[in-house]
Amino acid sequence: MTDVTAPAEKDEQRPESFFGLFLRNMWSANTVTVTTLSIILALVIGAILIVVSDADVLAKFAYFTARPGDALGASGDLIGRAYADLFKGAIFDPASFRAWFDGTGTWQAAFNPVSETLTYAAPLVFTGLSVAIAFRGGLFNIGGQGQAVIGCVMAGVAGFAVGLPIGIHLVVALLAGALGGALWGFVPGLLKARTGAHEVITTIMLNYTATLFLGWLILQSGVRDPERSDAISKTIAHSAELPAMPAPLRVHLGIVLAVLATAGVAWLLDRSAFGFELRAVGVNPPAAKTAGMSVARTYTLLMVVAGALAGLGGATQVLGTADKLTAQVAGNIGFDGLLVALLGRNKPWGTLFAAILYGALRAGGNLMQVDVGISLELVTVLQALIVIFIAAPALVKAIFQLRAARAARLGASMAKGW
Amino acid sequence: MRGITKRFGDLVANDHIDITVEPGEVHALLGENGAGKSTLMNQLYGLLQPDEGEIVVNGEAKVFRSPRDAIAAGIGMVHQHFMLVPVFTVAENLALGAEEVRGGPLGILDRRRNRRDVLETSRKYGLPVDPDALVENLPVGAQQRVEIVKALIRDVDLLILDEPTAVLTPQETDELLRVMRSLAETGKSIVFITHKLREVKAIADRITVIRRGQTVAAVGPETSEDELAALMVGRDVSLEVTKTPADPGADILKITGLVVDDDRGIRAVDGVDLSVRAGEVLGVAGVQGNGQTELVEAIMGLRPVRTGRVELDGQDLAGRSTKQVLRAGVGYVPEDRSLDGVVKDFTVAENLVLDLYDRPPFGNGFQLNPKAIADSAAERVSQFDIRTASAGAAVGTLSGGNQQKVVVAREMSRPLRLLIASQPTRGVDVGSIEFIHRRIIHERDNGTAVLVVSSELDEVVGLADRIAVMYRGRILAIVSPDLPREEIGLLMAGITDAGEASK
Repeated sequence: MTDVTAPAEKDEQRPESFFGLFLRNMWSANTVTVTTLSIILALVIGAILIVVSDADVLAKFAYFTARPGDALGASGDLIGRAYADLFKGAIFDPASFRAWFDGTGTWQAAFNPVSETLTYAAPLVFTGLSVAIAFRGGLFNIGGQGQAVIGCVMAGVAGFAVGLPIGIHLVVALLAGALGGALWGFVPGLLKARTGAHEVITTIMLNYTATLFLGWLILQSGVRDPERSDAISKTIAHSAELPAMPAPLRVHLGIVLAVLATAGVAWLLDRSAFGFELRAVGVNPPAAKTAGMSVARTYTLLMVVAGALAGLGGATQVLGTADKLTAQVAGNIGFDGLLVALLGRNKPWGTLFAAILYGALRAGGNLMQVDVGISLELVTVLQALIVIFIAAPALVKAIFQLRAARAARLGASMAKGW
Repeated sequence: MRGITKRFGDLVANDHIDITVEPGEVHALLGENGAGKSTLMNQLYGLLQPDEGEIVVNGEAKVFRSPRDAIAAGIGMVHQHFMLVPVFTVAENLALGAEEVRGGPLGILDRRRNRRDVLETSRKYGLPVDPDALVENLPVGAQQRVEIVKALIRDVDLLILDEPTAVLTPQETDELLRVMRSLAETGKSIVFITHKLREVKAIADRITVIRRGQTVAAVGPETSEDELAALMVGRDVSLEVTKTPADPGADILKITGLVVDDDRGIRAVDGVDLSVRAGEVLGVAGVQGNGQTELVEAIMGLRPVRTGRVELDGQDLAGRSTKQVLRAGVGYVPEDRSLDGVVKDFTVAENLVLDLYDRPPFGNGFQLNPKAIADSAAERVSQFDIRTASAGAAVGTLSGGNQQKVVVAREMSRPLRLLIASQPTRGVDVGSIEFIHRRIIHERDNGTAVLVVSSELDEVVGLADRIAVMYRGRILAIVSPDLPREEIGLLMAGITDAGEASK
């Protein structure tokens, strides 16, 4: 590679240059290619939706045949601004960097987009990992939402109801969140192992239970903030909060914990005895049983681990961003975790990147809404489109006429859990 | 069929194969698993389309786009796995796809006529079937007759039988061979796909041997079994298992009064007494479904024991987990390799430690030791001649024989007291069969007690020092492998010396 004067005949001997090989691999329908192209396709359809949803630009299409330039120009302009905002809100805005170097702005403003992205991403990493690890063990954990909600509750209550020294308090609150989620995962895991009750059904039901429990809990005296008339809990003690960057940046220690959790899950899957068991059980339970593994034990333990991860996601949300419990405190992090895991192909590091992508879309969407006036819902549509295309690799391959390499098996990947 | 070529990607499954079947002849298509026999016949039956070459029926070139075209041209096929609807009656199954209807567009099924057709065909070819019986209640041999009648009722001239004897008892097999012969005498042609040499010799008028997608020979039935085997494999193979007389020691496995239920709660093992001694091979012969599976699963702790005792070295195994049984020094080659034996998505190396991953040197209960796993895998791959691209390749990419070698290598890579091998060579090519048999005998010679369960009588006779014949959950007799095949075959069918069917 470093030898620039490499003899020409050497290149001729190789049937294909490195670049050619790279292109060819790029164009064969492997998972990375399909994922990338899915994102591109989603952005293309998103662009059409942006144009359709804007009345002014749409009006220009009324005289499209007379002056096509008007309509196209306006559309291009709008799409360009919307996606530029998406980028600026999620990664970085050159203007604020310039302002920082000029001395007219602060460094906080320059780093705010990244901070927002990572703030949104942190809980999604946990819930995504929860779904991903369960899936590797052959379980479809739809209960990330409920586990995260219980994680929120336990972490929140530990955060305001107990007085502990700084540091210890945070650890206790995080552990409480993990424990809550683990309990919420243990129940369906045990039911699956003992009675064969399908985890999809039981976890969905426990989602409702968790959400309703949270709604009831924050109205109880001792939990509810006495100074407020609406349904909101007391504020979490400072000692239990996840340390954050100086305001107005919101990013907190949660993202670091998320990366550590990702590494932990990666180790668990690849290097641990339990990971070996859960992967074997995940793809072939009879063979695992024949080899002496306990399928029931693996299912139960796996749901405990998955629940604990989702519970940590909820805890991150409460201790890092929300500060108090509300009925909506967990937002949609559990269900988004499902999509993040799918986008990350149920691999730990893939899930981390997928969560960051989701966080970026969310952070960028906020700016897009404020600046161009495009509804935040568009981001949800984009996220959904990406997932739809990934779930239907044959469609993506057909659109881009990819060579049918290896990707045929992708289609079954998510459906297997049923 | 002339110059038939079929490719799957880079793999040439059929390479310019010519084959001619005359009217009224039984033509055996002989070859190892994966040689391309089924691919060839699926093209003849319209399930696959050839890339090159043509199919000529009665002097007329034909293109078959689907089995419907093939049936129209007078070609029928009986698949290895029966294509019957279990909850339908025989008559309903036979009508399926060619229903007789009346009432014009109303399409009311004409059950009476349908039933009459079945009886007529059944009588005409001497294949007794009960049109009103539910298929799920019929024994395997009868189900196969239904399949054959199903093809004949569509008035075919050429009948393809894909591995028809794999599921039959020796007696049912003889019966089938008789039926084939009588069909041939009425002028029907039969293509008989198999890898069992004995049957080929018994029935075929001509034999075409296929190896790696190519026709290697077209010979007559006078060719010897050893020659045919050599043609199939491409080198000389010994069909006989060479072994010295056993030198049995003390009882290792002792089973007394064992009763086990199957998944439906029906008694599958009904009071079995057995013992296996160190340094001997005890073969369990029997037609599949007579309780052998449940017997083995009960020993392995995979299935609860109703009553009775299973002792290993004098210690009761009942109530122990599978892991504890394996730890006690039992090696287990399960009968269903792809379901129970290997994890196809796992690598060869991972499969080689599937039941050892949490023990030193491969790891402990907490973490794995990837280096030890990889080193040991490399050693096993060469020691057991496992043909794989690398130890890191997924087991699913290997051939059946090599997958089985992975299982055998795993189970024999630790010190054993008892080895249980269920159908150790099912779906395994001839070359690997030879190898696996040698390893089993080698294990015996090391003083391990070996229990071999097989529905292939040849295999049991070849390997075993004593044979226990199992029928309907009981051991009918324990005999010597020197007993004539016919007598063992009769026992397998439940007929004891007294000359009556045992109930």
